[in-house]
Amino acid sequence: MSIGHTLLGLLESGPRHGYDLKRTFDEKFGHDRPLHYGQVYATMSRLLKNGLVEVDGVESDGGPERKRYAITDAGITDVAAWLAQPEKPEPYLQSTLYTKVVLALLTGRDAADLLDAQRSEHLRLMRILTDRKRQGDLADQLICDHALFHLEADLRWLELTAARLGRLAEVVLP
Amino acid sequence: MTPAGSLLAAHDLHKTYGSTPALDGASFSVHPGEVVAVMGPSGSGKSTLLHCLAGIVTPDSGTVTYGGRELSAMSDAGRSALRRTDFGFVFQFGQLVPELTCVENVALPLRLNGVKRKEAEGTALEWMARLEVDDVAAKRPGEVSGGQGQRVAVARALVATPKVVFADEPTGALDSLNGERVMELLTESARTAGTAVVLVTHEARVAAYSDRDVVVRDGRCRDLEYAV
Ligand SMILES: Nc1ncnc2c1ncn2[C@@H]1O[C@H](COP(=O)(O)OP(=O)(O)OP(=O)(O)O)[C@@H](O)[C@H]1O
Ligand SMILES: [Mg+2]
Repeated sequence: MSIGHTLLGLLESGPRHGYDLKRTFDEKFGHDRPLHYGQVYATMSRLLKNGLVEVDGVESDGGPERKRYAITDAGITDVAAWLAQPEKPEPYLQSTLYTKVVLALLTGRDAADLLDAQRSEHLRLMRILTDRKRQGDLADQLICDHALFHLEADLRWLELTAARLGRLAEVVLP
Repeated sequence: MTPAGSLLAAHDLHKTYGSTPALDGASFSVHPGEVVAVMGPSGSGKSTLLHCLAGIVTPDSGTVTYGGRELSAMSDAGRSALRRTDFGFVFQFGQLVPELTCVENVALPLRLNGVKRKEAEGTALEWMARLEVDDVAAKRPGEVSGGQGQRVAVARALVATPKVVFADEPTGALDSLNGERVMELLTESARTAGTAVVLVTHEARVAAYSDRDVVVRDGRCRDLEYAV
């Protein structure tokens, strides 16, 4: 999963401090793996260098300086491109897909379109595997079948999520 | 308004049953020899779309064009004749005539087109061999397994070398091994004969045998060929 894109996406609703970003990320996506502060600041300085965020203000009420980050137009374009680009189908990418769906809902983009694009990407790979299976020997068939069953499970999840987008939106939107 | 080179195309179909909209602006097309999977949630309108394409159900509005002719402009008799000569059908189950033997079932479309019994059953046996069910030729549908029955049905759908086969959940009642074998034989035979297939399925592994897929949601399907 791309932490950079996810943090960028969270910035779309308005400028935030690093610690605020971390807290929101952990709350929405980091159930089993909260971010380290180090990860957040390393990511933010990379985004800053690439012009995807800018510093919106610096505060230091007595303590250490705290930067407030804002997303740039280039950053918004980058989030849009990430969401629109289907993931390479492979087992266990649910956490990335889940993040993309939630982020699309949070940023008011079309989550159904994203799921549809992913769906056709999965089916495209399944066609290739089916073709290979048809021409291959028994070993090829079994190996392809293993991948096909996993991809099919992903696809079922995509369908189910598509059918539950309305309810998911109610849960994740503030 | 039909995509260039398409054999069968539907444009902006609407169909309502009572107050239930089954189709709400569906467009679809299939090219000669192409295998297209129609997917989507239960109740989204897949079967209704298939029935409209095959001229079994008349849409409230919208057009279905086959080989340059509009189905709604044809007479009932004309549409029935078209179904006999140009279309083949495979459904989930219950489609074979129980009183006839399997080979008689397969030969039926040819017989209805006026082919003599002996010749019709000879051709039927060839198709049954291709689908690996020639050994049940003399049995009645009630005496064969689900997978065998389904292959007999596929042989029947293909026997008159139709231009389009309509298949609605053809593997729905089969286990995955049998389902895949049926799909393999159906798509291979169709490709050899240059027959187009419109395949309704909710199973991704079955849809993976197609060249292209279309998703129906809430009575609408986005056929990307129309999106140009
Ligand atoms: N003959 C009919 N009379 C009344 N309503 C119908 C009829 N045929 C279909 N419908 C309704 O139209 C809608 C679409 O039905 P359709 O059979 O096309 O769905 P489907 O996508 O094939 O579903 P499934 O995957 O469950 O087979 C449904 O709401 C269904 O209840
Ligand atoms: Mg149906």
